[in-house]
Amino acid sequence: MPQLFKPSANTLAKLSVILAGLLPVVVLYAGVTVSRSPYNTKVDIPIDQPIPFSHQHHAYELGIDCRYCHTTVEKTAIAGVPPTETCMSCHSQIWTNSPLLEPVRKSYETGLPIAFADGSPGWTKVNAVPDFVYFDHSIHIDRGINCNVCHGPVNKMQITWKGNDFQMRWCLECHREPEKYLYTDAANPNLSGREQVFNLYMKLQEGAKLTQREYNMLYKNEFRYSPNTKEIEEGKALVKKYGVTKESNVDCYTCHH
Amino acid sequence: MQRQITIGLTLVGAALLVAGCHTDMWQQPKVKAQQKSEFQGFSNKAASRPLVAGTVPRGKMKLDEAFFTGFQDGKLVKELPIQVDEMVLKRGQERFDIFCSHCHGRNGDGKGMINQRGLVLVRPPASYHSDRLRNMPIGHFYDVITNGFGVMYRQAPGVEPADRWAIAAYIRVLQTAMNGNLNDVPSDERSKLEASAGKPSIADAATPGEEKS
Repeated sequence: MPQLFKPSANTLAKLSVILAGLLPVVVLYAGVTVSRSPYNTKVDIPIDQPIPFSHQHHAYELGIDCRYCHTTVEKTAIAGVPPTETCMSCHSQIWTNSPLLEPVRKSYETGLPIAFADGSPGWTKVNAVPDFVYFDHSIHIDRGINCNVCHGPVNKMQITWKGNDFQMRWCLECHREPEKYLYTDAANPNLSGREQVFNLYMKLQEGAKLTQREYNMLYKNEFRYSPNTKEIEEGKALVKKYGVTKESNVDCYTCHH
Repeated sequence: MQRQITIGLTLVGAALLVAGCHTDMWQQPKVKAQQKSEFQGFSNKAASRPLVAGTVPRGKMKLDEAFFTGFQDGKLVKELPIQVDEMVLKRGQERFDIFCSHCHGRNGDGKGMINQRGLVLVRPPASYHSDRLRNMPIGHFYDVITNGFGVMYRQAPGVEPADRWAIAAYIRVLQTAMNGNLNDVPSDERSKLEASAGKPSIADAATPGEEKS
């Protein structure tokens, strides 16, 4: 009877043992990579909407304050999508015949939500957290967290996309070490956290020169203070000034009540 | 026998793992603000319902006619129904810049960005620096924010009553500033102003336009 296995089978056998050991690692790595990729998180993917609303045009070029539409962002948990009436405040006067705005006019006439041309309803939600997360916009604004820090460069978006993955790991980066992320304008240190947020957009409107950190905060999302530097001391002072309670920041019940 | 036990255990393990993959806590059967509702009774499918007409939140009865309407006994109020201090004026400026400035302009001359971009508006936004609006009782501004005026829509949903009065007060500030001269400036502040003379300022940019309404 001839040999069933050639000598090379020994190598294969050893290799297969090693590969079997590696398999769980590879599977885990692939799983994590897919779950953190834009395929799953939808980060950086412009979302189709009934109206191709441009934040760049309205907020950056025209200089309309965020809060003109998102009226409740400073006061409540949700920023608020404006009622059709808000759009019509201006668009009853300008671009009154634009076919792009037909859904707005239709919604205003009928009192029904803005819908796609085929009748399927509503704006598609771009940013969402799971229902077991109780996120509150107002407290973040109050601590001077700029809109762009979480939502990406909204004031430069022609069509809105999601700026960050909103996974818990990402939330905790800041909740664990707020001193790395808090911001104040060196020229206006007396403004409250809330005022700091909108002061920065005002500076953009006025064409003031931004510091590198301000630019990175608005557009690059890379503005962390490094540990053991002079800046991090400034960050720690801001934690105190804004009244950030670091201990409760990482308590489960802060976000999951 | 041993093989069957192995297969059985593997299946149970896999079932336990798969059981972890469910999303019923991610999307709970509750509605959050501005979500859609499939309830048949809601014709516009909005989960957030408007208040039933005549609803009064406890302790929020709008008894103060002047404060909540801008009118007293059918006439526009002439005095602010709130105490004015620096905080109120700053709040008024902030709210004015958010809700009014893109049409009426940061200095109230009616030349805001929308007016500039609207090419030919049939009825352009008013300038506050006309005689008509300078002499208008302050309640008028509250009333216009609350109910709209001409082609201007009401801004009431975004601006709370106290903020509307703060804006009205700030409009008076703009009107005063636009018609001021050097004698109105406190003497210790004058030197600062004279130092900045020649540089473009908010007053230089203003050319009070004629009211069309």
